[in-house]
Amino acid sequence: MNQIKTSAPVLSTRGLDKSFGSLVVAKDIEIELPQGVRYALIGPNGAGKTTLINLMTGMLRPDSGQILLGGEDITALDPEARVRRGLIRTFQINSLFPHLTPLEAVTLAVCEREGISRTWWKPVWTYHDALDEAYDILKSLMLAAVCHRQTRELAYGQQRLLEIALALATKPKVLLLDEPAAGVPREESAELFTAITSLSQDITVLFIEHDMNLVFRLASRIIVMVGGRILVEGTPAEISADPRVREVYLGGAAHV
Amino acid sequence: MITSVFGVLFDGFAYGMLLFLLSVGLSVTLGMMNFVNLAHCSFGMIGGYVTVTLMNSMGWPFLATLPVAFVVAAITSVLFERTMFRRLYRASDLDQCLLTIGLVFVSVASAAYVYGTIQQPVNLPSYLRGSYTIMGVTLGAYRLFLIAISLVITALLVLSLEYTRFGAQVRAAVDNQRMARGLGINVDGAFAVTFALGSGLAGLGGALAIDIVGLDPSFALAYLVYVLIVVSVGGLGSIGGSFAAATLLGISDMAGKYYFPEIGSFLIYLVMVGLLMWRPAGLFGRRS
Amino acid sequence: MTSTSAALAGPHEHLRAQDRWRAIEVVFWLATLLPFLVTPNYLSLASQVAITALFALSLDLILGYAGIVSLGHAAFFGFGAYAAGILSKHGWGEPLSGLLFAGIAAGLLGYLMSFIIARFRHLALIMITLGFGLLLLEAANSAGWLTGGADGLQGVRMWPLLGMFRFDLYGFTAYWYSLILLFLLFLVSRRLINSPFGLSLRGIRENSTRMRAIGAESRAHIRKIYTISAAMAGIAGGLLTQTTETVSLGVLDFQRSADILVILVLGGAGRLYGGLIGAIIFLVARDQFSGINPQYWYFPIGVLLVVVVLFLPGGILGGLAQITGSERFQRMVRPLMVWRGKSP
Repeated sequence: MNQIKTSAPVLSTRGLDKSFGSLVVAKDIEIELPQGVRYALIGPNGAGKTTLINLMTGMLRPDSGQILLGGEDITALDPEARVRRGLIRTFQINSLFPHLTPLEAVTLAVCEREGISRTWWKPVWTYHDALDEAYDILKSLMLAAVCHRQTRELAYGQQRLLEIALALATKPKVLLLDEPAAGVPREESAELFTAITSLSQDITVLFIEHDMNLVFRLASRIIVMVGGRILVEGTPAEISADPRVREVYLGGAAHV
Repeated sequence: MITSVFGVLFDGFAYGMLLFLLSVGLSVTLGMMNFVNLAHCSFGMIGGYVTVTLMNSMGWPFLATLPVAFVVAAITSVLFERTMFRRLYRASDLDQCLLTIGLVFVSVASAAYVYGTIQQPVNLPSYLRGSYTIMGVTLGAYRLFLIAISLVITALLVLSLEYTRFGAQVRAAVDNQRMARGLGINVDGAFAVTFALGSGLAGLGGALAIDIVGLDPSFALAYLVYVLIVVSVGGLGSIGGSFAAATLLGISDMAGKYYFPEIGSFLIYLVMVGLLMWRPAGLFGRRS
Repeated sequence: MTSTSAALAGPHEHLRAQDRWRAIEVVFWLATLLPFLVTPNYLSLASQVAITALFALSLDLILGYAGIVSLGHAAFFGFGAYAAGILSKHGWGEPLSGLLFAGIAAGLLGYLMSFIIARFRHLALIMITLGFGLLLLEAANSAGWLTGGADGLQGVRMWPLLGMFRFDLYGFTAYWYSLILLFLLFLVSRRLINSPFGLSLRGIRENSTRMRAIGAESRAHIRKIYTISAAMAGIAGGLLTQTTETVSLGVLDFQRSADILVILVLGGAGRLYGGLIGAIIFLVARDQFSGINPQYWYFPIGVLLVVVVLFLPGGILGGLAQITGSERFQRMVRPLMVWRGKSP
């Protein structure tokens, strides 16, 4: 653990602030994510977790502060440029391509990454490498059997997996998962988290999750946010022993 | 020269008031539901034909036909809203455009079938026909009447939107529809009423427009462009914005046609495209 | 049959199968030759259909595939039409180079416009395309010295095609000329939509937010397809000029933009044959009812639009695909397929 902590962080934020009018949604956020770590971001509703992901991926602009990816300041980059540098997210509410098949959608992401998507004179099927890569990603997420169906016809849990498949197709260094299991029935969510645990150790994962059983099982470290600020950060053991966290969760501030 | 400037300003303002009546309803309903209703001017045209029919076939006096034009346009529009439009609130812009263009086509063809393609005559009462000359500027009585009516309606709209319970609901729905629903506001109901009112105003505008711009079946398409300009330049859901944009458009259209008859309309479109590129949400709009 | 064998043969086989020419497509293109034999008196109409189909195909690329709404696509059609006409009026009547000129001119205009188009969505986009179309119409109207204004462009004279084939009164040359160009550009479009670029366009149509989130170069894609589409529309406009040897302001009319939208949506947007089928139905029907007041003609068109939007979202071809894709239909035709030895 110590060894990981001392290595240079893949993604870090410095003094990130954001407010909408008088509503402060992020205040002085300092985060350092070392490589390969599985981080959980928890906190009551309205704590600013999704806002933080929006800030890090460039969907929102911070009022002040910096975001660094692999030591490079990416604060001024637009979301597309951040994705190309290896920072990718999924969405809390499915944001997919309803009339494309999973294979088409993931291939699309692979082609965009490789710059193949500019060519318009060769059919997609001639790009065997891109298709094979897409197919392998789908297979690793148990979606191979449905890869030729239209996305809108997939079961909800499968659509959640496709969210992750799309993100993986960009070959991310950092993967931000916004409630990957939101709305998935409990018996299916185990499958989903097995998939997340078996992700390559090259990928740093930060995920928002409300189910504390899953959080403590999966995360190597946990960040707790309350009211737009980071309350505390530590290992699962430290977090579960922290009195302030207990107060937030047991004091009626949230429903978990 | 000075008098001609005043004359153009006056005529342009009156014309702008007409455009305001025709477009304010669309601005508010677009702001509420994001529904692109290209058939808005068809409801305006209904108002025009109601007035023509009542006057020429039944001998009603002009003023008495105006409320009927309002009511008929309002009721017709709400029938369409309940049966067709509401099914497309969550559909794509394209579907909304296509459906409502389809209705425009139907309305144009129907009007041509019933009334022919000729311009409809309207016999104004004598007290609206004359003109007054003040300091060398000729002010048409009808245009004065038009301006007065429009100002009264604007005042009523602003007051009811600001100070009534219904107005507050509409404002909330324009601001943030989801939040308004969360607060228990019946957004669909409020929308239907707003839609009817807006179309009614367009109907009134259509009736008042006959003497200024004429009335034939192409009205529904020709004035659609002007209405869309007002709405998009003024900003969605903004009465003040529509008022300002309509005034601006009315005056510049008159001035353009008066001083640069060759390229007047060209200038109008150029200014519109330029404004939209500069501020896609309109001059007074907060969101696109 | 395809699904099982494709799964075994790797993921690309399934997509390859979709790319193959189907028998019905071959039949369709053979059928386009019928007017020469069956209705030689209607060759002028047939060439109008081919030109309109090409125009609809160009709109399909941006609207059907990339989901970019345009209420002003006639701008490019008309620009190409005037470009071809003005070139010929000033002494160069060679058709093929004239058509190339029309395509390049409209393509350049499209390229400039695409920077604006790629920045906007929703109402602002609808208004800008509409306003731009009107702007060009008014410009053509005002610039009488160049365009002939409301009287139309006079003095367009085309040289024989390839130096051999005159544009005859019966429209014989006009039809095969238009048909060959339609077919060639159809092949280009077919290639394009099955390419990685075509896949990205569909991605933009389906979910442009998500495209940003996977790092796609959406704006560059939009600029590219808009330019291609504008050039195709310009070629269609140039064809109209060359085959009719006149240009009027009508080529830039809002009505033309609306008509082509109707044609595409009736036939089925987002399907290569949608615009083609729509053009055939629309123009043949209009020819049949040409005796009635043109204003009445829009009654059935309006009703059809409403019906398509409310009940037949994929247009005629979408509806057919739904029928042929249904289980019941499959069960009905399966015995036939077995009999013809097509089933495993």
